[in-house]
Amino acid sequence: MVVAMGLEQMDQYAPVLMMALVAIAASGGMLAASVIAGKRGHRPAIKDTAYECGMIPIGSNSARFAVKFYLVAMLFILFDIETVFLYPWAVVYKDMLTTNASLILGGMISFMAILAVGFAYILKKGALNWRE
Amino acid sequence: MESYLSIPHLLAVAGDEKIFGWVTPFVWYSAIKVLVAVGLMLTMVAYTVWVERRVSAFIQDRIGPNRVGIFGLLQPLADGVKSFLKEDFVPGHVRKVFFWIAPGIMLLPGLLSIAVIPFGSKLGEQDMVIANLNVGLLYTFGITSLSVYGIVLAGYASNSKYPFLGGIRASAQMISYEISMGLSVIPILLIVGDLNLGNIVAYQGGSLWGWFIFKAPLSFVIFAAAAFAETNRLPFDMPEAENELVAGYNVEYSSIKFALFFMGEYASMIAVSAMMATLFFGGWTLPFFGLDQPATTWLGGLLHIAIFLAKTCAWIFLMVWIRWMWPRFRFDQLMDLGWRRFIPLALANIVITAVVLWLKA
Repeated sequence: MVVAMGLEQMDQYAPVLMMALVAIAASGGMLAASVIAGKRGHRPAIKDTAYECGMIPIGSNSARFAVKFYLVAMLFILFDIETVFLYPWAVVYKDMLTTNASLILGGMISFMAILAVGFAYILKKGALNWRE
Repeated sequence: MESYLSIPHLLAVAGDEKIFGWVTPFVWYSAIKVLVAVGLMLTMVAYTVWVERRVSAFIQDRIGPNRVGIFGLLQPLADGVKSFLKEDFVPGHVRKVFFWIAPGIMLLPGLLSIAVIPFGSKLGEQDMVIANLNVGLLYTFGITSLSVYGIVLAGYASNSKYPFLGGIRASAQMISYEISMGLSVIPILLIVGDLNLGNIVAYQGGSLWGWFIFKAPLSFVIFAAAAFAETNRLPFDMPEAENELVAGYNVEYSSIKFALFFMGEYASMIAVSAMMATLFFGGWTLPFFGLDQPATTWLGGLLHIAIFLAKTCAWIFLMVWIRWMWPRFRFDQLMDLGWRRFIPLALANIVITAVVLWLKA
């Protein structure tokens, strides 16, 4: 029974798979078509340089960038996981309000409180301050 | 065999009978829906570009493309052919594999995320949704998150300064606004108690005030702003920023690879407009003339699809309009807005909604 149900649910993903195949075929086909149909030009050395508004490129091709971007990426992972945690809670919230309201509401408020402390901490640390 | 493939027969088939081999009606109908949806989506992409150019021209008191066909309606076709015929040049300094993958995957998130969106009620016996997933909304967010890969990979693969800057800007911006986007819809989940988009649409039937733009206005504001940031549209088009980064992540690309970035951008713009129509504007329903009930006739079914497309197109038009009216944010303003304003606001919105529901219960 469980297996049958599982299969039935997986059936719903079959169209998604079809869609993925069609989409991959479409973009792959376009890339291939342009290779076949595209004009072949000659290849002077200047064409192989990085584009910097027509000037000869200065320095190395890979630019240095602020470590702040790295910080944002880490914070994103934390907050995104917290967002994902909130989804199942939100879905069962209405049903559980009638049976066990204090658990579902209290649980959320304590979760939010911890989240708020963390958020206040990163604000205080200036992790989100981009204007310095 | 031929009688099986005839349209009246296919429309009559409802059970699990096999058409041939493993091809059940379910597979057959799904294939039709997928092909029509992808075809429609690519056509809409082409014509959104045309609308963008015409509307921008109108706003700036120019004429815009009007030479190819009536009103320039064949312009997208001409542009498509042109980008196939251009030289497909891969510069020597790029990272080759990623350079090819990046434009290839740009189109996928936009196309895939419409798979769960109900674009109509019923047409004959068929539900007008490609995959009726019970985790619909979660799936959409999962897929839209992937759209950052195309841009970041393009920036990294180009091995050049402007694309690289565009790429890291894009990654920071898109992941930041993804959080507020994800948080902004939680009040809707609280109210509906379901992730399935069909049920979210059904919940909004009944009256105009049932639409979530009125029931959860703060969610709507945050979602709308995040939608602009996610699709890299003005006022949040940091990754491209024509006049500071030349064109950002797509500088080193040519021919159809260059065009694929734009197609991807417009595809996600259409997808996000469809999401907006579904989540906040009642999807295929209209609260008048009983149009909020699943259709029983073919005409009704087509009317529902038309309603959905009209709502989506209205949003696309609004996004185009805003692009030509608003200046660009500065990067620090953008990050400030995302992290310091929208995230606390979205969290507060969740708490308030939860408490109100508790008081009502």
